[in-house]
Amino acid sequence: MTGEDTKHLPLEDLHTAAGARFGAFAGWSMPLTYPAGVMKEHLHTREHAGLFDISHMKLFEVSGSAAAALLNRACPLDAGALEISQSKYTFFLNEAAGIIDDLIVTRLGDERFMVVANAGNAVTDEKHLRALAEDFDAKVDALDRVFLAIQGPEAWAALARAGIETGSLLFMHGIEPRQNWFMSRSGYTGEDGFEIGLPEADARNLVAKLLEDERVLWIGLAARDSLRLEAGLCLHGQDITPEIDPASAGLMWAIPKDVRAAGHFIGADALRAIVERGAAQKRVGLKPEGRQPVRAGAALFDADGNPAGHVTSGGFGPSAGHPVAIGYIHTALAKPGTRLFADVRGTKIPIEINSLPFTPHRYRKG
Amino acid sequence: MAKTYFTEDHEWLRVEGGIATVGITDYAQEQLGDLVFVELPEIGKKLSKGDTAVVVESVKAASDVYAPVDGEITDANASLSSDPSLVNSAATGDGWLWKMRLANEGQLEGLLDEAGYKAHIG
Repeated sequence: MTGEDTKHLPLEDLHTAAGARFGAFAGWSMPLTYPAGVMKEHLHTREHAGLFDISHMKLFEVSGSAAAALLNRACPLDAGALEISQSKYTFFLNEAAGIIDDLIVTRLGDERFMVVANAGNAVTDEKHLRALAEDFDAKVDALDRVFLAIQGPEAWAALARAGIETGSLLFMHGIEPRQNWFMSRSGYTGEDGFEIGLPEADARNLVAKLLEDERVLWIGLAARDSLRLEAGLCLHGQDITPEIDPASAGLMWAIPKDVRAAGHFIGADALRAIVERGAAQKRVGLKPEGRQPVRAGAALFDADGNPAGHVTSGGFGPSAGHPVAIGYIHTALAKPGTRLFADVRGTKIPIEINSLPFTPHRYRKG
Repeated sequence: MAKTYFTEDHEWLRVEGGIATVGITDYAQEQLGDLVFVELPEIGKKLSKGDTAVVVESVKAASDVYAPVDGEITDANASLSSDPSLVNSAATGDGWLWKMRLANEGQLEGLLDEAGYKAHIG
C-alpha cells in the first residue's frame, strides 16, 4: 500500500501495538484511526485528552544575530517584536503573496526562534529558508525530534500527572522545559492543548506515562482532520495553497498592520495590491443541509445556478452533529446565511454559509 | 431457503425467492470506519452488475457499493437515513443496504461462498 520512499514515524511500533490503521499522508505512513474509531477519537479529544503523533511535521531552529531579520523577510512578521516565549501564526509567501506554507514561529531567545512547518512542505520550506538565509547572518537547523500533540480540556492535567507542569504557559507561547525539548500551548483542534518536540527516548517515556492515564487516548489523522475542520483551521494544500493569498483566505489577522505598511516581507507588494482592489473570492465555512457530507472539490452554485465557488475541505463534524465544510466563494456572496447549492455526484445539495468555527475555540489565553 | 453469497468487493447477498438482500461485510465496515451517511437507491431502478448502487460515507471519505448482479431495486433500508451507524453495528443484519429482484440467477454461480470469502480476505 505504501511505496519505498514512504517515511515512517519513529514511534511507529507503538502505533502498531495500539492497533492503528495506517494510511499515506504527505509522504508519510500515518496512523489514520485506532480501534476506537474516528467518531469516538474525535469526541474523546473534545471531552478529555487526545494524544497525536505529529512527527511528520518539521521543527527548524533559526538562530544568529540576523535571525529576526531573516524571518521578517521570509514571513509577514515582526519577529523582533515578539517577546521571548511568544508564538505567532504566520506564513511563507511567494512574490505573488501566495501561501507557500503556514507556520508557527516562537521566540526562544534574543537570537533564536523555532519554526514549525507542515509535513508536506517541509522540504520546500527548508530550501526556501536556507536560500534566503545566505543573505543574512543567520543559521537554519532542521531538528531531529519526535513531535507529539496532546489536546483537549484534560491535556494539562494529564501532563501534570506525567510530571510536566504547564501552569503558567498560555495559548500561543512556547518554552524549552528540558534539554532538546520544545513545548508550546497550541494545536490544531480548537481545544486547549500542547505540542511537544522532544528526543525519541524521552518521547517513549512520556507516551508510556501519558497512556497510563485513562483520560488519554491515541488519536489518528482522520479525527485530527475532523477536529481542525470543525475548528475552522486551514489545511495547507487544500484550504490554502501557493495560489491563495492571506486576504482571500481570511487570514489577514495574522499580519500586523505596521508589518503590512512597512512591506519588508516577500510578497508585500502583491498583497498590498490585492487588499487595495479587494480579494475576488473569500474563504468561508459551509454547512450542508441534512446529513450528507459535501467534500473537497465539490462545485458551488448560487440559487440561479451560476458558479459561486468550490469546497476545499469537507466531511462530517462529530461534535457539530452535522456535515461541515470550508470553501471559497465570490466575495459578493460571502455573507453568513447565504444559501448556495453544492453539486455532489450530480445532486444539488443546499448548503449555507456558516461563520467559522463550527465548534467554539477553548484556548487558554490567560 | 435463503442462501448467502459474497463478492470480492466485500458485499454479501442473501437470496430467497428470486430477491437478493445486499449489504457490506463486517470486514468492509471495519475498513470504512464510522459511517455518517448512506445514499440509498431509488426503488425501481434497474442496475447492471458493477453499477454503483449505493454510496456509503464515513467521516473521512465516500465509497461506492456496486451491484453484485443484474437486477431491479425493490427496497432500500430506510432506517439508514436516520441511523447510518447500523451498518457498523450490524453489517450483516439490520444494516442491510438494498433488495433487488435478480435478472439473471445464473450470475450467482460466479460469486463466493462464505469459506471462499474468508479465504479472500485472508
